[in-house]
Amino acid sequence: MRVRLLTAAGLAALMTLTACGGSGGDSGSSGGPVTLRMTTWSANEAHVALFNEIAAEYKKTNPDVDVKFDALPFETYTTTITTQIAGGNAPDLAWILENSAPDFVASGALVDLDDVLEKKEELAPAATALWTSGGSLFAYPFSTSPFGVFVNTDQVKAAGAGSPAELRAEGEWTWEKAVEIAAASAAKSGKAGLVIRDFDYKTWDNLATVWAGWGAEAWSADGKTCGFNQPKMVEAMTFIHDAIFEKKALPAPGTSADFFAGESAMTITQISRASLLKDATFGWDLVPLPSGPNGPYSVIGQGGLGVLKKGKNAEAAAAFLKFFTNEANSAKLAQFFPPPRQSLLNADTLAKTNPLLKPAQLQDVVIDGISKGVVKPSHKGNAEISQAVRSGLDPLWKADADPKAVLDSVCTSIQPLLAK
Amino acid sequence: MTPSRSTPVADRAPARPAPAGAGAPVGRPSFWTTRRRDRLTGYLFIAPQLAGTVLFVLIPLGLVFWYSLHEWNVLADEFTFTGGENYAKLAADPNLPGVLRATGLFSAGLVVLNLALALFLAVLLNQKLRGTTFFRVLFFSPVVVSLVAWTIVWQFMLQDNGGVNGLLATVGVDGPNWLRSDGTAMISVIVVQVFKNVGLNMVLFLAALQGVPQELYEAARVDGASRWRTFWRITMPLISPTVLLTSIITVVGSLQVFAQIAILTQGGPGTSTTVLVYYLYQQAFQFHAFGYGSTLSVLLFAIVLALTVVQWQLRKRWVHHEN
Repeated sequence: MRVRLLTAAGLAALMTLTACGGSGGDSGSSGGPVTLRMTTWSANEAHVALFNEIAAEYKKTNPDVDVKFDALPFETYTTTITTQIAGGNAPDLAWILENSAPDFVASGALVDLDDVLEKKEELAPAATALWTSGGSLFAYPFSTSPFGVFVNTDQVKAAGAGSPAELRAEGEWTWEKAVEIAAASAAKSGKAGLVIRDFDYKTWDNLATVWAGWGAEAWSADGKTCGFNQPKMVEAMTFIHDAIFEKKALPAPGTSADFFAGESAMTITQISRASLLKDATFGWDLVPLPSGPNGPYSVIGQGGLGVLKKGKNAEAAAAFLKFFTNEANSAKLAQFFPPPRQSLLNADTLAKTNPLLKPAQLQDVVIDGISKGVVKPSHKGNAEISQAVRSGLDPLWKADADPKAVLDSVCTSIQPLLAK
Repeated sequence: MTPSRSTPVADRAPARPAPAGAGAPVGRPSFWTTRRRDRLTGYLFIAPQLAGTVLFVLIPLGLVFWYSLHEWNVLADEFTFTGGENYAKLAADPNLPGVLRATGLFSAGLVVLNLALALFLAVLLNQKLRGTTFFRVLFFSPVVVSLVAWTIVWQFMLQDNGGVNGLLATVGVDGPNWLRSDGTAMISVIVVQVFKNVGLNMVLFLAALQGVPQELYEAARVDGASRWRTFWRITMPLISPTVLLTSIITVVGSLQVFAQIAILTQGGPGTSTTVLVYYLYQQAFQFHAFGYGSTLSVLLFAIVLALTVVQWQLRKRWVHHEN
């Protein structure tokens, strides 16, 4: 009897639990009201306002569909998404960082967008390469954003070591000069010189904005061979090391400085950050990356927008993606995120939506940058490789480091991962 | 029960009249014997706790073990049984010795520093002096501060241009880059954690110290025992159950350190502060290897269990007084 009683109680408990678990709405497939969740890494008010505007417009023709934008912290973005997928709470749409593109595209986690997108043929091939697998496009490269150098002209002028814009006009805007100006500004202002934004001695792939000037690469194009101990990379890293510890042009490890709060003379970042300068209290300018020994170059960071197969409303999500990325909305988004649509990639169109940037800056940094830029490094199994490189590079960030020896050891630790 | 018929009763306890609505026919023993009622009450009382334990401890524990026998790629949505493959990988993992060394170093440093400081503070604050209440509150207050907030503040303090080095500079000392140098990163994480939690152990020690009967000290004084001798011969034996309790709590807690590492060092420089829980997190949540991550959890579980059993056994040797 007791056994029967306990069994009954157990069953009742179990039924309550399963009932709780099963009540999650699968309303998407039945055509009822749907709330789509799209994860991004931008909580920037201007960005969010634009997204909400597009979603509101979509609701006019699709009254059943609401879209919620979920801004997640950038540093742990991919980790958060994968955890949500593992927990059965996958977002319907997600921004995807370029460094995890190969993992997402190759895994089959994303919906094939070939039949979804409008005017797909208009997308720049350089922009879609990273997001294509087996001839199909798995994410819309909503942002193909070149890195440029933002300059605090007040601080640089006060240091009297030359102006990046003038040097650029004279064809003298080189890394040697950039470091010289940064060092002089830092010495004069007591603030930081040049900040490679978001690098912080951890996100090492942002250093590609420097070493690409030496023609260096993290690994070979086929992803099989480590490039860290190649002569060009050793030269570039030695230059960076000198700039930090000898010339004091870059802030030392463990020092935080925000250009947009006036804490540094220059910063390397993407143009989508220009919106942070709307209320800037200092004079500023935007110039392309300085030339390296290899001549002028440009580096682009990309973000893709994909539909997750494991999301509860994949079909509705794909329909919204089509709307979000159509020509009209791409033009709106272009004020923050340089678009992959070739028809929009000209200084005039971009100038209309980028009131903060001058047409010359847009041409110089954005349009030329996208056409000849190299994408930041990415690889399948990126997180593990990235972590191995980060811990491998740590010994380099000391005044008495031996760059060649450190870079050799980086290759020793990542070569087996690259070969996987 | 009806007195007119005597029935063989299965239960040894005397049967009681059936509760209203039970509908037991007259003459038959009621199902609801006292014993059964008591049992049911007992089960009902432990049911919430039991349900919680089953749901949030036993089932996840079983699942982790189950996952550890699989390769689970979340992105590709692949979940394949691989048997002992993850355990073979664990045995051959070249990173594991370093991870275990870092874990051991952290635990040893934390336990020794935390217990020694907690006991020292408790003895100091057990004196009948003015202002002890203020200091008790002062040392305990970090315990109630949010761990993440506490750690982030320390992160700023320990930066190269942060508060600690600023303070050192005023006395002419050029402080190291605490969180980014091999030698100081681990120590920094330990000290941040000790200051966070030393108050809790301090309070436990304080309570234990106040439970030591005064007459024993008086007797010792009459016998001419020194303070040092009194401490080791009277105080320590009598508070040994608390020492055992705090050491178990601190050891187990030290093996679970995560947020501090994630915020302060991310396991660096190099892998010098990559402790087991952080490594597990990297494998499962960053490298998408949930199967191998689960295998590491099983290892962590085994270590915690083994340490607790050892400490429990040791209590026979060094806990001289148990109520």
